[in-house]
Amino acid sequence: MSTEVYLPPNPVEALLRTDRMPHIWCPGCGIGTTMNCFARALQQARLDLDKVVIVSGIGCSGRVAGYANLDSFHTTHGRAIPFATGLKLANPELTVVVYSGDGDLIAIGGNHFIHAARRNVDLKVICVNNFIYGMTGGQVGPTTPATALTSTTPYGCPEQPFNLPYLAESAGAVYVARWTAYHVRQITHSMVEMFRKRGFCFLEILSPCPTLYQRRNRLGDGLEAMKYYKEASVTRHGAPTKEVAISFQGPILVGKFVDIERPTYLELLNQQLARTLEAQYTGCIEDHVRS
Amino acid sequence: MKADPRGVLAGVHFLDGDQACAEGALAAGCRFAAGYPITPSTEIVERFAQRVPLLGGMFLQMEDELAASIAIQGAVWAGAKAFTVTSGPGFSLMMEHIGYAAMTETPCVIVDVQRGGPSTGLPTLPAQGDMQQARWGSHGDYEIIALAPNSPQECFDLTIEAFNLAEQYRTPVLVMMDEIVGHMTERVVIPPADQIEIVPRRYTTKPPADYRPFAPEADLVPAMARAGQGYRFHITGLTHDERGYPTTNVAAHDRLVRRLVAKIRNDATRLTRVEEHFLEDAEVIVLAYGITSRVALRAVQMARARGIAAGLLRPILIWPFPEARLRQLASRAGLSGILVAEINLGQIVREVERCVGGRVPVRLAGHAGGSVHHPQELFETIVEMAQAVEIER
Repeated sequence: MSTEVYLPPNPVEALLRTDRMPHIWCPGCGIGTTMNCFARALQQARLDLDKVVIVSGIGCSGRVAGYANLDSFHTTHGRAIPFATGLKLANPELTVVVYSGDGDLIAIGGNHFIHAARRNVDLKVICVNNFIYGMTGGQVGPTTPATALTSTTPYGCPEQPFNLPYLAESAGAVYVARWTAYHVRQITHSMVEMFRKRGFCFLEILSPCPTLYQRRNRLGDGLEAMKYYKEASVTRHGAPTKEVAISFQGPILVGKFVDIERPTYLELLNQQLARTLEAQYTGCIEDHVRS
Repeated sequence: MKADPRGVLAGVHFLDGDQACAEGALAAGCRFAAGYPITPSTEIVERFAQRVPLLGGMFLQMEDELAASIAIQGAVWAGAKAFTVTSGPGFSLMMEHIGYAAMTETPCVIVDVQRGGPSTGLPTLPAQGDMQQARWGSHGDYEIIALAPNSPQECFDLTIEAFNLAEQYRTPVLVMMDEIVGHMTERVVIPPADQIEIVPRRYTTKPPADYRPFAPEADLVPAMARAGQGYRFHITGLTHDERGYPTTNVAAHDRLVRRLVAKIRNDATRLTRVEEHFLEDAEVIVLAYGITSRVALRAVQMARARGIAAGLLRPILIWPFPEARLRQLASRAGLSGILVAEINLGQIVREVERCVGGRVPVRLAGHAGGSVHHPQELFETIVEMAQAVEIER
């Protein structure tokens, strides 16, 4: 006797490079969850997907670019943002998403992060924060909570981590939100908002690394992490970002913290050049790129 | 195709090498530059920043050279022609992205106006100490194209050439200037646009369904796509297959890296560009490039005036090295030695020794940087080399 199982098509399949599956992420990892949200957000935002480009750096989260069925760039470690800056400014009609991890974006790429936010380059920056360097085996990073165990802080992390929303807002981001991998609808909603907003948008997503962070700190598996996110998260839209720092297994403030209007780099550049050069200024680079 | 006349400042000008380089980039159709200020290269982007908004392009000052050297690559994949300029310390920071451009076959131009090193060294004074770094600076195996102008005119001409070669081979191309060439002011003739040949980007003509981003054409160079055109392609610095997908397959890695090297190395002889003076009967050949070649020519002329058969070989395109031509010259009867003059403690001389393979003596006239050679010093070495052969005879 045979049983036929009807499996409806996965609604996000068109947004995935299915010929690249299976992916490299560990069981219980949250990156795939965030990517599912990303695919749904792209569908909900009804963007022309041929004009959406995804740029990643290096690391577990950096692999998202390779699985997304979009024009995609897996760049060098820490440099997704400057690559994306060149791409966006040379062709402003593109929606440019930077999708990477906390180590990539904030440690080795930290300088680019603050400068792109300061310039207000129109980039949608999604940072999957798993508190650790996953791909290289669980070393301490700039987001590792104080006292946490990592392979290079075997006696506990002595450092104060970055408060990413506070950093992003201070540097000039126009949109700043934080969710955890537990908050799939909220992540999707925030991503849609980012796609619709112009300027430097930043979304932090706390995401479990069961293999390295959870295990080494005896915090259980991915499911345990989800329970922690569920129980410790407090939604406070508009919370002052200075107050949303994360401590080891402490409460997590989530929500949309910043949503302001500020002219983008390209708008300011065009204004400045038009004002100074008057009739001599005929527009920005996109005409040349398209010709 | 011919150059876009809007970017070509046709006429006779009095420019320094840095300014001429900026004009070369504009004439080549470059409308995007990113950079970080560093002496003695900064005048290039200053000129570019002044001129390019009037042509609808932009200069973006980035937070460091890592950012500059990858921002240009983002712009290239959006469809722009792009370059960055730097000097020693910044050149060191750009090495990873030269490798990324080589691996992802991103056509772009990087100008290095060389100054004394190592480290911060002599910011305002000349050197030619980055020549082997230009060849080998990024990790792993790859082949590079590098040009070495010796005048402001060549800073203009060879910057256009650099953009053309970058497009033809889909590779980063380096323009290895030096502080003197960058800051010396001379007559520069910019020809009208219809006399400037431009190599357009090699875009695929295939529909997205049939397109494989790294499937090479007959000359081993794959056709490009650009972002936003519906190709949904993937670019990675990881070892990748013809689809652009990462792989750890050792055979695929070997195939890819061999192709990246071969697409340039196979064409080394065709790429050769040298200037030759008095080589027909030369007993002593002076090999020099960049600013040093001008001093060397003077020394060669002084030797000729004394009845010594000296000649000059100047590589204009320095990487790939003009190996075949040098071997040919070195195997000629009557050659008593080769003198390599360069502002470093021995870089290109190693390449010369390798090519000559011990057939004739090779000598270095080098110093650590800060000034150009004196013609008298080179002349005396030429005389010594000629006399040494006389004594042996």
